[in-house]
Amino acid sequence: MTTLERYIRNLDTLNSEEQLVLGDARVCIAGLGGLGGGVAEMLARIGVGYLYLVDGDIFSMSNLNRQLFSTEKLIGTHKTDAAALRINDINSNIHVRTFRRFLTLDSCEDIFDEVDVVVDCLDSIDDRFMIQEAAHRSSIPLVSGAIAGTSGQVTTIFPQDKGFELIYGTHYEKNLKGIETRVGNLSFCALFVASIQASEVVKLLLNRGEVLRNKLFIADLMSNSYEIMDLK
Amino acid sequence: MQMIKIELKLFATIARYLPDSPEAFFVKEGITIREVSALLGIPESDVKLTFVNGKLRPLDYALENGDRLGMFPPVGGG
Repeated sequence: MTTLERYIRNLDTLNSEEQLVLGDARVCIAGLGGLGGGVAEMLARIGVGYLYLVDGDIFSMSNLNRQLFSTEKLIGTHKTDAAALRINDINSNIHVRTFRRFLTLDSCEDIFDEVDVVVDCLDSIDDRFMIQEAAHRSSIPLVSGAIAGTSGQVTTIFPQDKGFELIYGTHYEKNLKGIETRVGNLSFCALFVASIQASEVVKLLLNRGEVLRNKLFIADLMSNSYEIMDLK
Repeated sequence: MQMIKIELKLFATIARYLPDSPEAFFVKEGITIREVSALLGIPESDVKLTFVNGKLRPLDYALENGDRLGMFPPVGGG
């Protein structure tokens, strides 16, 4: 299969020069759960050439309701291994690097210094502040998504932005829990928010369109309510 | 006392506190977001983001006639 054939349905929304830009782009996806699996699948299909996939966890039964790379056969398998297999099946041109670890501020640095964008698909508010600090240190933009039940949010944070401070507050409580601890996460909401994240990543890489910088996209799929909130 | 009309948009777990006519909710002039939240019986810990006419505003922000008030809970899942 030629590259042209593979990406022919990306045309003319993406032009051939942009397809090449994506092919050279390096993106880190932090967290391979409901959001991260969706983001990784979409970026692999659209043709982002280098994916750095980070997660220290293994698949369990409770992941099957929403996490794209989990299957019954893969219960107990590391999420990074499952993701690498799936992406290779979809698009063997993609260079995948996997990092079987839970991120800390210091363990982000070697990865983030190599990539153009990092995608926050983590599941705790504390970790989100940590990854923002790491992205700031490496001077790369961060696309963050979060979900709970049938609701979700997405924002794009540049290194010089206040980011999560505007969303969760300057003196947010340590171990602040989101409502997802009570309402869980549904499949269609995870993939909906992952789609917005993947779109933000592609726009950042191509320097096209409008990104959610200093803005927060919020959605409640139960009531079909969608808003873009100005954070400044 | 002067009354003003505001529109309410409550998301996710807060949506259950919506009054019967959220598009025309009458409150006293100068009421703060915190007071509206209490009036509706929403626990303060459930409200993370409050915005008026699409802009982030603090809980002590005083509302004006015609304002559209949105409230969103803390969300952190992945």
